[in-house]
Amino acid sequence: MDLKDLYRDVILDHNKRPRNFGRLEPPAFSARGHNPLCGDQLTVYAVMDGDVVSDVRFDGSGCAISVASASMMTEAVKGRTRAEAEHLYAAIHDLLTRADAPSPPELGKLAALGGVREFPARVKCASLCWHTLQAALQGAAVPVTTE
Amino acid sequence: MSAAAPLAPPLDVERLRADFPILRQKVNGRPLVYLDNGASSQRPLAVIDAERNYAETMHANVHRGVHTLSQRATDAFEAARERVRHFINARSVREVVFTKGTTESINLVAHSFLRPRVQPGDEVLISWLEHHANIVPWQMACEATGAVLKVTPIDRRGELDLDAFQSLLSDRTRLVAMTHVSNALGTVLPVRQIVALAHARGVPVLLDGAQAVPHFALDMQALDCDFYAFSGHKLYGPDGIGVLYGRERLLDAMPPWQGGGDMILSVSFSGTTYNQLPFKFEAGTPHMSGAVGLAAAIDYVDAVGLERIAAWERTLLEYATERLTAIEGLTIIGTARDKASLVSFVLDGVHPHDIGTILDQAGVAIRTGHHCAMPAIEFFGVPATARASFAFYNTRDEVDRLVAAVTAARDMFR
Ligand SMILES: Cc1ncc(COP(=O)(O)O)c(C=O)c1O
Repeated sequence: MDLKDLYRDVILDHNKRPRNFGRLEPPAFSARGHNPLCGDQLTVYAVMDGDVVSDVRFDGSGCAISVASASMMTEAVKGRTRAEAEHLYAAIHDLLTRADAPSPPELGKLAALGGVREFPARVKCASLCWHTLQAALQGAAVPVTTE
Repeated sequence: MSAAAPLAPPLDVERLRADFPILRQKVNGRPLVYLDNGASSQRPLAVIDAERNYAETMHANVHRGVHTLSQRATDAFEAARERVRHFINARSVREVVFTKGTTESINLVAHSFLRPRVQPGDEVLISWLEHHANIVPWQMACEATGAVLKVTPIDRRGELDLDAFQSLLSDRTRLVAMTHVSNALGTVLPVRQIVALAHARGVPVLLDGAQAVPHFALDMQALDCDFYAFSGHKLYGPDGIGVLYGRERLLDAMPPWQGGGDMILSVSFSGTTYNQLPFKFEAGTPHMSGAVGLAAAIDYVDAVGLERIAAWERTLLEYATERLTAIEGLTIIGTARDKASLVSFVLDGVHPHDIGTILDQAGVAIRTGHHCAMPAIEFFGVPATARASFAFYNTRDEVDRLVAAVTAARDMFR
């Protein structure tokens, strides 16, 4: 295990300068996610245009992995359909948890999260934003926790 | 049993470390630096051997059999109780209840002492520094009874506001429940003053001693509190065993909290007679090997000497404070004048969770998060801190390893 595998440059960069950081007012959908173990709290906001995620932002606070993951996620899902977002979510889930997972090309930058797999205690940090996005897209009002 | 031989001051730390097998390993390729003693401390061979010896030569159920092993187990269990009594200078073994830990001890008091004696509008007074174990049981009791939880504020150093404490003590206060040492910040509370002020108003006091017991000698009679709770696993002993000290007069008047075997004298369907103290509060088969291990831990700590432990830990605390403070961008959270040997800190631009991972890769184990004391941490406007907590077996070299790893974390996130 090498720390540089976890904290790749693209992750450090997204942590330092998170993209699409901020809130969106209703009628945007939103959901709150919380990781009680480390205190990470984030809210994901999404605007739907028909079936397409036309805008998505997040705010809150968390560790580098959760902030970078959320930042990269917003870039990746903006302009995609709901089904495409779900598909990405499944691919990310595999990437974070399965040693033999292929890294499909549509992951793009998100492939940088592959190093998290070697640090099981940090998988929840990387997946929190995705659970939260899913809750937002489902219009769920209940806060998401990783527990 | 290999109890620590008496040593000439100062502590021969290198020799004592040899008593702790777990410390002899590498983690992530580096010699382990264990700085999470506040969460749970490590066990010396003397404790491991005592538990093993119990299992190999005396295990049977206690207080139940006429056969030899049962007698041996009972003797060992009750000798452990006497060992605890002596360690905390309680008046009688009837005041020493074995529990599974601090959490259970506090819940016992909430259930059997507080609930039956409060009316709606009565008050329980705690502090902003409490571990969730000394918050939630009172919240539950308040919810069930209509009593009200009052919280004594702290200042920016993390010290208790004693004036506020005094004014919060009211005619409705039925119990003061406070920590002796804050696990999140290290603050040592002025427990003697707290007890004196509360008693002056006729209010009983429970102290959460989970973080105090490993660091200073205790004397229940001098301290004069009414209840005192602690855990074996923070005192170099086994997990799953802890103690509730209670003033005999109060324990005597309290109903049992769990029903079952051992806590009764006789049972019939027309009624049950409860056993005497302390058995009334020990329903079911207790953690016998745990009690034996705890007694061995106390022997060990006594042989090393709590005063010498305190002196060495003070040296470590001062050294760590000085070196960590010198790291640019690092802020220590909790700067009480009287502090136990732990340092909670945050680092500009690096989340505590990332610090924890980076340190772990360097073989340095610390705790990160809210330390089960969310109000205390949130008071400082941070969601989490990194916490290094020291034991007498830690060294200055280990502080240097901590500092080097924290510096590396900062540089990585530059
Ligand atoms: C101050 C304080 N109180 C209570 C507890 C709970 O102890 P246990 O989990 O052993 O019951 C702890 C342990 O973290 C603590 O530090």
